[in-house]
Amino acid sequence: MKNFLGAFILLVVLWSAKIYSQELSGFAQVQLRYYPLSPLDERQEGTGFSLAIQPELYYNFGGSPHSLLFTLFLRYDQHDQERSHYDFRELFWLYYSDNWEISAGFRKIFWGVTESQHLVDVINQTDFVENFSGEEKLGQPMINFIYIHELGTLELFLLTGFRERTFAGEKGRFRFTILIDNENPEYESSAEYKHIDFAIRYVNTVGFFDFGISHFVGTSREPRFTPIDNPEGEPYIQLNYDLMNQTGLDVQLTTGSWLWKFEGITRHTRGRRFYALTGGFEYTFSNISSTGIDIGILAEWLYDDRDQFYFPPNPFSSHLFVGSRLAFNDVQSTQILAGAIVDYEESGIYPSIEASRRVGESFIVNLEARAFYNTEPGDLLYFFRRDNYLQLEILWYY
Amino acid sequence: MSFKKNLMYMFSVVYLATMFLSAQTPEEKGLEIAIDADERDKGFGDSSSELTMILRNKQGDESTRQMSNKTLEVENDGDKSLVIFNVPRDVKGTAFLSFTHKSGPDDQWLYLPALKRVKRISSDNKSGPFMGSEFAYEDISSHEIEKYTYKYVKDENLDGVDCFVIERYPVDENSGYTKQVVWIDTDQYRSMKVVYYDRKNSLFKTLTYHEYNQYLNKYWRANKMSMINHQTGKSTDLLFNDYKFANGFSESDFNQNSLKRAR
Repeated sequence: MKNFLGAFILLVVLWSAKIYSQELSGFAQVQLRYYPLSPLDERQEGTGFSLAIQPELYYNFGGSPHSLLFTLFLRYDQHDQERSHYDFRELFWLYYSDNWEISAGFRKIFWGVTESQHLVDVINQTDFVENFSGEEKLGQPMINFIYIHELGTLELFLLTGFRERTFAGEKGRFRFTILIDNENPEYESSAEYKHIDFAIRYVNTVGFFDFGISHFVGTSREPRFTPIDNPEGEPYIQLNYDLMNQTGLDVQLTTGSWLWKFEGITRHTRGRRFYALTGGFEYTFSNISSTGIDIGILAEWLYDDRDQFYFPPNPFSSHLFVGSRLAFNDVQSTQILAGAIVDYEESGIYPSIEASRRVGESFIVNLEARAFYNTEPGDLLYFFRRDNYLQLEILWYY
Repeated sequence: MSFKKNLMYMFSVVYLATMFLSAQTPEEKGLEIAIDADERDKGFGDSSSELTMILRNKQGDESTRQMSNKTLEVENDGDKSLVIFNVPRDVKGTAFLSFTHKSGPDDQWLYLPALKRVKRISSDNKSGPFMGSEFAYEDISSHEIEKYTYKYVKDENLDGVDCFVIERYPVDENSGYTKQVVWIDTDQYRSMKVVYYDRKNSLFKTLTYHEYNQYLNKYWRANKMSMINHQTGKSTDLLFNDYKFANGFSESDFNQNSLKRAR
């Protein structure tokens, strides 16, 4: 909470520093979540509200190739202290030349092409308290060098410090029945969170193909969960962050209205190796009957051969994702993405829907719903079986 | 005798002239005008501009879009362009990179700043609305000669300006049009007006160009383009500000990295 206050003061200072920056933008958000089911653990709260702001300051040194970008994220949650948090999403300096670029500071990097999960994307830690989807990320401190050549782009990353994954607290949803000890994670590296990770990535576009090949050496962003007892004999979950070597490939083939997508990884960690992949397509029927409406059909196969008890678990190991993207292309930019991940070996079905629409010139209304049906004991998502929710968000952009 | 000779002479002149004229079909003349207009715009190198789009519905309610645009001329192929959105604020920082090609589909990428994600997108959706406006993607992308076939119709005076009227027919079956009727001024070969016919060959939209300015003593650009949709009663004005040429852009300003850092 002290940190939280600190962040707030910092924010006020930044607001006053606004006059020195060339651009201030960002959003303020009100979020309401409705959980129809009572929780697994009576300490967990349900329906409630949450507030967030994300100001972004940009400074460019008089039209030069030097720039500074600062994006702060700050959330207050009515119930969950762990979800009330702040993060430097971005705070970096960037310089670019004709065929190279260098940056230093906190950044967010995205790798990959698929929609249902992002196996290849390993630079940033997931801000899991934000959303189950894993799309929200914490800022990663790094020095990043990019070299652009006609034979492709080479990106080098020196990742100077580890960020721990955020997990719900005692009162929050989306947690195990026993609590996670967020304060004392165990690291394989003796340097712990100070361990320096390396990553390299080569990307290129050849005709209809866009592809990337990446390699990462360092601490896994995914933890293992080890249940143990504390000295008082109470059970809790210890987080273990192991070292890993991961090689990834992501490819997209764009042909006509078809997007064919593939992501594959092979990871060596704890003395063993596993592989995983996501592959599928997105087909778009565009401007249907000249209404301006686009309907996209998505399908992806999620396969993971890892031992779920030896490695950090991935709940999607033999699943299919099917979904549809509806874009009205109207003045309000109305969009709906609905789909479900289905476990084809067991019985789990996990539908979700996200809809958004602009109201006036600077407000966005988002609706989101997520459900976990037919989960079976032994499945990681069994713990979330009562965490179905409906969420309404109102965002004001400035 | 001399009268007969003169008559003979006259006949042969008329005959030759007819021969010459009929040697050029309306299709050839249409293409020739299009090529001439294209030739006059060659060599501009690069350009940048700030755009404001005003969307109006039938009731006259307005909505505003702001974006900036950078274009690089590519020899022997279509232009490269980068569009960066600024307003509405929720799409601020979203950027669109396009490599147009004389033949075959264009290459397009979209940068989504919230996710820091660059997505290669399908360029098949030509006929869909751009940013909810009355402009389709194909209306605002670079007009390469090879993307249409042509036919000269007539000469016509349009609001005091002498124009060629030509019809052009999109080659791409994904186009939302069967036909576009274009008024091009005979003096400077600038587009003055385009009437669009939809896939059912019904009158669809009318685009008019306003306030032409000349840059680098050669290249003409309109400050305003107005599109009216006759079927819905909606309209969109596209206003160009701060046109700049000779910015010194190169290929390196039009790749996925420049897309990510675009502002």
